[in-house]
Amino acid sequence: MIGGVASVETAIEVRDLRKSYGELEAVRGIEFTVRRGEIYGLLGPNGAGKTSTVEILEGYRERSAGHVSVLGFDPNDRPRELRARVGIVLQSSGIYNYASVAESLSHFAHFYPHPRDVDEVIELAGLTEKRDARARTLSGGQRRRLDLALALVGDPELIFLDEPTTGFDPAARRGAWQTIRSLRELGKTVLLTTHYLDEAQELADRVAIIKGGRILAEGSPSELGVGGGSRYRVAYANGDGDPTVIETDDPTRLLHELTGAALARGEQLRSLSVTRPSLEDIYLELTADA
Amino acid sequence: MPSNAAALWRQYRFERRLFWRNRSAAFFNFLLPLIFLALFGAIVSGHQNELDVIVPGIAGMSVMSTTFTALAYNLTFMREQGVLKRIRGTPLPSGVYLGGLALNAVTNTAIQIAIVVVAGRIFFNLGWPPQPLTLVVFVLAGVAAFALLGASLSYAIPSFEAAPAVVNSVFVPVILVSGVFFDVKHVPGFLRDIAQALPLEPLINGLTGGLVAGHGDINHHLTALAVIGFWALVGVVLAVRGFSWEARRA
Repeated sequence: MIGGVASVETAIEVRDLRKSYGELEAVRGIEFTVRRGEIYGLLGPNGAGKTSTVEILEGYRERSAGHVSVLGFDPNDRPRELRARVGIVLQSSGIYNYASVAESLSHFAHFYPHPRDVDEVIELAGLTEKRDARARTLSGGQRRRLDLALALVGDPELIFLDEPTTGFDPAARRGAWQTIRSLRELGKTVLLTTHYLDEAQELADRVAIIKGGRILAEGSPSELGVGGGSRYRVAYANGDGDPTVIETDDPTRLLHELTGAALARGEQLRSLSVTRPSLEDIYLELTADA
Repeated sequence: MPSNAAALWRQYRFERRLFWRNRSAAFFNFLLPLIFLALFGAIVSGHQNELDVIVPGIAGMSVMSTTFTALAYNLTFMREQGVLKRIRGTPLPSGVYLGGLALNAVTNTAIQIAIVVVAGRIFFNLGWPPQPLTLVVFVLAGVAAFALLGASLSYAIPSFEAAPAVVNSVFVPVILVSGVFFDVKHVPGFLRDIAQALPLEPLINGLTGGLVAGHGDINHHLTALAVIGFWALVGVVLAVRGFSWEARRA
């Protein structure tokens, strides 16, 4: 095999990736590594460079500079073997409107050397009741599940999911999350792009927060949540009743001072709370427009 | 992975099956030449000279509408919908996919030409084609040129909403100047020169040789064949250079 085996542990490797569209530099030196079998989340606001990055990895776009390896291949060469081992769920992509769910899947299954059983994939995607329905009669959420099913039918090792639950109602999102978790149980590697924090927190083993074409922070959702200097946030209402928030690395000392001062004045600290920043706080802080 | 030939056959059969499912599209695809034949047959009925012009004219128009128009529409629709992009992310070779689309279009051409030939025999007193070789060669050349030009035109169409306007602004003037409905001899000189430099008039010229007796064998239509061949080359260059798998971003 040529180029097919890079590492047993690494599925995707990105070094100093850059992408410019004319004057606009959309990706400015991104680096990350996705290990086999993990769900890696790229989290960031719209226009952060997520889709450009992912589409370079999928072989849709040429990079301007940097090193990229996907399952040991350079995706820019668009090798057929790589396409056979990868499943792609794009943000929006058309389907054959006049084909049924089962027909589309069995047609696509023939593109691949070792496809999965069509009915198994239909069940995994939660489309059993719509097996024989034509795609044009499906709801938006059902079409999205068909997108996922079409990406899984070739039994890929690596799956790209670009905003997989955008436009879903809460129940449908939880269903999709369950499906995505089951991919990890099957040993698949998933690169997930999302602008939903809860989705990254729920699903991803590791998250990179992207903004302005750069990675601002990387780590597991819980590490990121307590990262940023392990800061604690102490909130209370002062003597005039105005809410006050103080951030500190040493909440014990701060609380001692605050409560001591309040007692000395004969006041109470109303609405007192001590919280650690959530991933959401970190995200908002990192992605805020300075 | 299946061989390319098997994959092409599978892709073709899939496209074919779905083509018939879109009933209104399938219906009008075949009804249009029949309507034109009936209409013009009634208008010029009894004037064999004019029937001899109309039948090959409509055969030429059928070649153009089943390949040029249909592919310009379909490729634009598939591109804007994102079907092309999805296919591009699978191991199916691009050539196999596009080959399936082209064969689907060519099948419609063959069916329409058969309808025109049979109608010419039964209703318009043309007999069976006197020069079947000329007929087949010109249909094939016309299909190649117009399919490639249709694929190229799709690149110039910015959105599916714009497709009818763009396609018709090419299709309608070309069928009008190229003598689909009248003998191109009656057209003013400068328009005739333009028509003869475009691919449809030479195609109708060759189809006349194939369908109507007394226009000589294929050797009498080689200039026309050369013009169509030139346009096929133009189509290759434009299609290879300009083809796009993705919708343009707004």
